[in-house]
Amino acid sequence: MKFDKPAGANPIDRMRVVGRAHPRIDGPLKTSGRATYAYEHKDVVANPAYGVIVASAISKGRIEHMDVQAAERAAGVIAVVTADNAGKLGKGKFNTAKLLGGPEVDHYHQAIAVVVAETFEQARAAAALVGIKYSRKEGSFDLVEALKEAPLAKDPNSPDKDAPPESRTGDFQQAFSRAPVKLDELYTTPDQSHSMMEPHASIAEWKGDKLTVWTSNQMIDWGRSDLATTLGIPKENVRFVSPYVGGGFGGKLFLRSDAVMAALGAKAAGRPVKVTLPRPLIPNNTTHRPATRQRIRIGAAHDGHIMAIAHESGSGDLPEGQPETAINQTRLLYAGPSRLTSMRLAVLDLPEGNSMRAPGEAPGMMALEIAMDELAEKLGMDPVELRIVNDTQVDPEKPDRPFSQRNLVQCLREGAERFGWRNRNSNPANRREGSWLIGTGVAAAFRNNLLVPSGARVYLGQDGLVTVETDMTDIGTGSYTIIAQTAAEMMGIDMEKVVVRLGDSSFPVSSGSGGQFGANSSTSGVYAACVKLREAVAQRLGFNSAEATFEDGQVRAGNRSAKLVDAVHAGELVAEDTMEWGALGKTFQQSTFGAHFVEVAVDAFTGEIRVRRMLAVCAAGRILNPTTARSQVIGAMTMGVGAALMEELAVDKRRGFFVNHDLAGYEVPVHADIPHQEVIFLEEADDKVSPMKAKGVAELGICGVAAAVANAVYNATGVRVRNYPVTLDKQIAALPVVA
Amino acid sequence: MKEFTYERATSAQEAAAKAQRIEGAKFIAGGTNLLDLMKLEIETPDHLIDVNGLGLDMIETTPEGGLRIGALVRNTSLAADLRVRRDYAVLSRALLAGASGQLRNKATTAGNLLQRTRCPYFYDTNQPCNKRSPGAGCAAIDGVSRQLGIIGVSEACIATHPSDMAVAMRVLDAEVETVDPAGQARKIPVADFHRLPGDSPHIETSLYSGELITAVTLPPPVSGNHIYRKVRDRASYAFALVSVAAILQRDGTGRVAVGGVAHKPWRVEEAEAELPKGAKPFAAGLLADAKPTQDNAFKLPLVERTVAAAINEARQ
Repeated sequence: MKFDKPAGANPIDRMRVVGRAHPRIDGPLKTSGRATYAYEHKDVVANPAYGVIVASAISKGRIEHMDVQAAERAAGVIAVVTADNAGKLGKGKFNTAKLLGGPEVDHYHQAIAVVVAETFEQARAAAALVGIKYSRKEGSFDLVEALKEAPLAKDPNSPDKDAPPESRTGDFQQAFSRAPVKLDELYTTPDQSHSMMEPHASIAEWKGDKLTVWTSNQMIDWGRSDLATTLGIPKENVRFVSPYVGGGFGGKLFLRSDAVMAALGAKAAGRPVKVTLPRPLIPNNTTHRPATRQRIRIGAAHDGHIMAIAHESGSGDLPEGQPETAINQTRLLYAGPSRLTSMRLAVLDLPEGNSMRAPGEAPGMMALEIAMDELAEKLGMDPVELRIVNDTQVDPEKPDRPFSQRNLVQCLREGAERFGWRNRNSNPANRREGSWLIGTGVAAAFRNNLLVPSGARVYLGQDGLVTVETDMTDIGTGSYTIIAQTAAEMMGIDMEKVVVRLGDSSFPVSSGSGGQFGANSSTSGVYAACVKLREAVAQRLGFNSAEATFEDGQVRAGNRSAKLVDAVHAGELVAEDTMEWGALGKTFQQSTFGAHFVEVAVDAFTGEIRVRRMLAVCAAGRILNPTTARSQVIGAMTMGVGAALMEELAVDKRRGFFVNHDLAGYEVPVHADIPHQEVIFLEEADDKVSPMKAKGVAELGICGVAAAVANAVYNATGVRVRNYPVTLDKQIAALPVVA
Repeated sequence: MKEFTYERATSAQEAAAKAQRIEGAKFIAGGTNLLDLMKLEIETPDHLIDVNGLGLDMIETTPEGGLRIGALVRNTSLAADLRVRRDYAVLSRALLAGASGQLRNKATTAGNLLQRTRCPYFYDTNQPCNKRSPGAGCAAIDGVSRQLGIIGVSEACIATHPSDMAVAMRVLDAEVETVDPAGQARKIPVADFHRLPGDSPHIETSLYSGELITAVTLPPPVSGNHIYRKVRDRASYAFALVSVAAILQRDGTGRVAVGGVAHKPWRVEEAEAELPKGAKPFAAGLLADAKPTQDNAFKLPLVERTVAAAINEARQ
């Protein structure tokens, strides 16, 4: 099915199942330990051996000699695989650095060997016996230095391949110089680690030349394809299975070393091998969100209207890597006739930078939304009003291109009302409770809505059950549940009559989970398959399928009706389709919107920051399931607090690695950091985006949160911190005298 | 993790004697730190002597009116003890500011004193560390050092001691009781128990080979406001940037020890005379010889301000 014109009325609009707050159907499995994660499968292979990865001790250079004899002779060891004996390997389309390094080393903790043994403990002990002699090379590890020479970079996601690297509308320089109120500041965001709960893990088994990998991956088809490319075997010979994923946040979008090393280990050992990445390896071995340096200039008229806006962002990555597209939102969020955005990409020899929850917008909004707060102060204007004044209903770079639906203003107004914003004292450092300085802050939320083709297969069985199969993943998001809701709505049956099977490359290729495109894209694919199944049912029953309605297990057309199961007396029915996307995403700018309101308390003595209240208002099309959607947003808000206050991969600029590479050193929020979180969804249905009329919400939830926190801290203390994370050391010198 | 042998000790003296006799032997009690370090091969003992069965798990009143805390008393039990909560509140508060409920259930009094630094370079065996391999050099001094020491540091090491409990023990003038391989008992003031790094940062305590901690004794209670203030980047489950253990009197006098700044709980008794004048003059004396890095120079004002917060709390 191709979605190429706005959706008319369809069965989803009934919202008998879709849109209801249904608890997740896989919840009981998860709370009782029966949802099996990658490393936990006990019954899929017989007698697995264990692989432990040896990771590079240097950041850049060459392995001069690797002595594996001691490891090979160690108790229980079956095989040691290195670049020397792995055979010729390719590199996956989505990988920047090789997943098995050697002799050249591209980054710290790059995998350079896997030791396979009878037990995990034996493999780990033997891995420590591999003796390696390196020759180090000088590397580029300092983003500030590297950006001095860095060229302009194109947006890798831009559909227009011929677009210039800079985006210019009007004459920014001239308009900025004329503007009576100006802001020109530099903001920085650090490298961040996904820090999902479940480490990367894979079990690999070869049967002849057929390889099956039970793994933890957000994008089954990408992973399967890239593993085939890496191993140099036909894609058809690889099966990827990932029914449950314990969090990803972009860290599991791609094939990673666990899967490659399990496959290579299993081949060398001649039996199944399981490999997981130990936590201290994950930040340097896998991908991370790249640090950015963002200069923002805004010129405004006294009434707050933006006359000129420029956002220039710099980031770094390994050679042939990609920029962090932190300018995304600035091209679309606020009106203003003169505009400039650009990116620079420096070469760094740090580990590979890549997507993390809301790549682009998350760090971009961290900067832009502080800038808007600063501009409001310069204008003597309320920051909510400033954002409202600069609302636009069209793409500001291409004014003939409207937004499909844009309710940013309603989000801000509703949020301000619910939060009690009008009671705020906009003069900073003016509210005190005991030794706490109290402040409130606001930020807009913005994240683009992406559409990815998504397929599904649907069966109507003689037992009356509808089974959905798609390689879509559930990374803790609720995919199982919203897919079941979609199928139940379409076929007019109860949720209990739907079986959902996910995360297997033997199922139709789906959107996968990422970029907040999963919910809308994958349910649209299920919608498409169900439309076909409805046609097949109607045909079997001899009904005109255009007239047939499906409700309460009955099919009706005109004054005739039949039970749904009557259609399968002669045998089960199967339908398969893929939702493909027409030009509506070009005709209309599709984005999601929101507003974040935060109250913080800052200890006047120590500068410790504690978040006291959080409110998010989201406008993201039809909400398919308020329970799972809310869960996504509060999780994203929590991650936003982490970004605001503590998350930073600390770079050792001499040795070239992320130093705090475990969960003791890389702090993410704990329960005590997070107050009550309120989430409000505006009632929307966006007929330009899909038959589901839904958009993504999971990344919208993080965009703007950190800036709202930072703005609240400023309101509490009067100290403006522009370098994330906002930790106490960055403001302590400017806090009120206490001693 | 390297293979090791294991035995359960049945008497303290026997444990001490074996620890001295068997090369590469180490005691294990709660194991909350040691086992992690063994998995990373930062600790590679050949033999573990499990002391959990030694019965050193009582909290008793001493004839002097203090408390004798057995080496194996779990952090949870110690923090919850009514006498500790009533008479040594700073200790209870310090314990509860550390780790998590699960870890405190396992961690012991002696083990808490003996935990190793959390310096990230110590934890990464690819990096040079004089604590792990004496003479290898220190990657932390010119590296990422935000969490690390500002005073009592050396050219060889700027690590901090991570314990909260030890900071409270220091302000309480606790003594560490030990037994040596010959069966001789001795008492070590907690002030002398942890060493400064100097040129041998791998030697962290004044314990002799084989010597086993049997108890920590507290002198009779000191009245006053018992305060433990731990400052960190998140609200819980993190090591201190700076912590302050204080016992403060109404007249402004008192005693203060500071954590998160040195290789040991940091206390300068002479500086305490300045306390009635406020946090600033006190902190100036306490940190007179500080040598912070660029990354952790903020700890100087932070110590002063955290002491001020404690003084303020005492006034409430």
